[in-house]
Amino acid sequence: MKIVLSHLTKKFPGRGRGSKKKEDVTAVNDFNFEIPDGKLVGLLGPSGCGKSTTLNLICGLQKPTEGQILFDQEDVTELTPQKRGVGMVFQNYALYPHLNVEQNIRFPLENLKGHEKLSKEEMRSRVEEAAGLVQIHDLLDRKPGELSGGQQQRVAIARALVKLPRVLLLDEPLSNLDARLRLQTREEIRRIQQKTAVTTIFVTHDQDEAMSISDLIVVMKEGVVQQIGKPQEVYDNPANLFVAKFLGTPPINIFEGRVEKGSLFIGKEAVLQLKNIPDQPVCVGIRPEGFILQADGPLSCALSRPEVMGRDVSIVSTHPASQNPAIRSIVDAESCEHLVGSTVRFSLNPRKVFLFDKTTEARILFETI
Amino acid sequence: MEKQNVKGWLYLLPALLFLGAFMIYPLIDVFVYSFEEGYTSASQTFFGVGSYNYSYVLHDIYFLQALKNTFLLVVITVPLSTGLALLLSVALSSIKPLQELFQTIYFLPYVTNTLAVGLVFMILFKKTPYSDGLVNLLIHCFGGSSVDFIDGPYWAKMFVLCFYTIWVVMPFKILILTSALASVNPVYYNAAQVDGTSQFRIFFKITLPMISPMLFYLVITGFIGAFKAYSDAVALFGTNLNAAGMNTIVGYVYDMLYRDSGGYPSYASAAAIILFAIVLTITCVNLLVSKKHVHYH
Repeated sequence: MKIVLSHLTKKFPGRGRGSKKKEDVTAVNDFNFEIPDGKLVGLLGPSGCGKSTTLNLICGLQKPTEGQILFDQEDVTELTPQKRGVGMVFQNYALYPHLNVEQNIRFPLENLKGHEKLSKEEMRSRVEEAAGLVQIHDLLDRKPGELSGGQQQRVAIARALVKLPRVLLLDEPLSNLDARLRLQTREEIRRIQQKTAVTTIFVTHDQDEAMSISDLIVVMKEGVVQQIGKPQEVYDNPANLFVAKFLGTPPINIFEGRVEKGSLFIGKEAVLQLKNIPDQPVCVGIRPEGFILQADGPLSCALSRPEVMGRDVSIVSTHPASQNPAIRSIVDAESCEHLVGSTVRFSLNPRKVFLFDKTTEARILFETI
Repeated sequence: MEKQNVKGWLYLLPALLFLGAFMIYPLIDVFVYSFEEGYTSASQTFFGVGSYNYSYVLHDIYFLQALKNTFLLVVITVPLSTGLALLLSVALSSIKPLQELFQTIYFLPYVTNTLAVGLVFMILFKKTPYSDGLVNLLIHCFGGSSVDFIDGPYWAKMFVLCFYTIWVVMPFKILILTSALASVNPVYYNAAQVDGTSQFRIFFKITLPMISPMLFYLVITGFIGAFKAYSDAVALFGTNLNAAGMNTIVGYVYDMLYRDSGGYPSYASAAAIILFAIVLTITCVNLLVSKKHVHYH
């Protein structure tokens, strides 16, 4: 099912009264987005950026101050959560501790009334189906307290899916899991989503997580959507400095730079030749993989140390114009055998170099000669 | 390792001595008294050993009256006060404005003196040849005829005693239950809401199991407290409870020890042991029932 969010805004009243009253807090500001049917969408942003609020607005636990939410053609903005047909997985799973796994999964089915009411047989088969989907058949008679974090996560997903929701919402689904389980579970979420083809929205602050499994990602900052797109597109084409900084591990390297007479300068070195760009100071963002080791490359950095990561080598260096304390560049292990001396020279891959306006932080597009 | 053990016991010794002298020894002593026939505290002698004391107590009409009163009191006040406290706590936790004010008001009876409150109740319910209490005035308003709740028919006296007991025990229960309700993580309610759970079902399937340990604690202590009721009855009906027909088991024990007919520690001990057996049985039943319905997590 398609979800349309139009001009969605949520304001929380400021605390205090009278003259001490603080300004309203805008958690979500004019969110416009059409989520295509059956896609897995990641809402991504630092904590406090409004992504969880957006999720709560979609599931109906909070009411928007302005704007509309449409499920296909149906306006659900004023509907209570139970009438929206959404399944939600909470950050700490919210499994009822006094019920066993089977009772937990069956709980939403027992709420159904009228013509939707299911017989005991139907309930059992639905529960088994959901349990099978997340592969927890053998845990059905355990209590949540006897399960590991990963197993609880599966139960929570099964409980959200058992009522065949139109939309599946996951709030920070992986944040309570350890690193290994996180990798496994995110594949699992992807698999389940593809199998059920239910439109799924999940919230995360971990760009790695969002990039790896989403069909689309939405990057948010302070309640405002920064960019929406396929993960690779957003990575290759960030709309502004924030998005560029937020995506990618190791993070992008930012330099103070300027454009002068068709050349991009970092410090005193002209690193790229550009076309049709007025002279101006800029922020230069270079992805770690945008550096090419070259003995006579235009950019020289002070070498700190190489870090071997197996297939690749990460070269850590410094540069006076760099905003990051250390510059990380990823190069082939073979090409750095001839690293000698205290200076390392790079040439740049122009497709991995982004320019941003110094004040607005908006992207400046350029062409190289 | 051995040395550590000795050290541990040494640390415990003062407490154990006190417990032994002031709790264990008297308990055993009561048990022994209850089987000593014809014991008098003046001469400290007895005729023989047997179950006569129990037989006497169990055939004493005053004891049977006290037993009946106590059971009625327990059966009426424990469920009612717990249920009412739960109702009030749920109501209290669902309102936001003035919540703290109400909590304070509901807690006030807990810090007031039993006898003082008893006096107030007596004035409220009393009827003399010259004047009616407030409650009787109210009954008049609704077209009824006055009832003497303090010196009148049995059911009226029982009503006042139950009313009074419930009123006295409620504050503590409300205090415990409101904090139990507040400790339920709201995320469960959110989850239930998203799943379309009715308010009724949320209360019985989520709220109640979540606060069941606290509820169970209140029921157990409520049962024990009600079985040991005495001062409440004294506050309302004066010290001659047998004459008023409103004695309780603890009151009977006290009377056997000290009041005009007093000086029968053996009967008192037997009655105390019977009370102990009753409380123990009820508590065991409670524990058995709780295994199934109380969820600790």
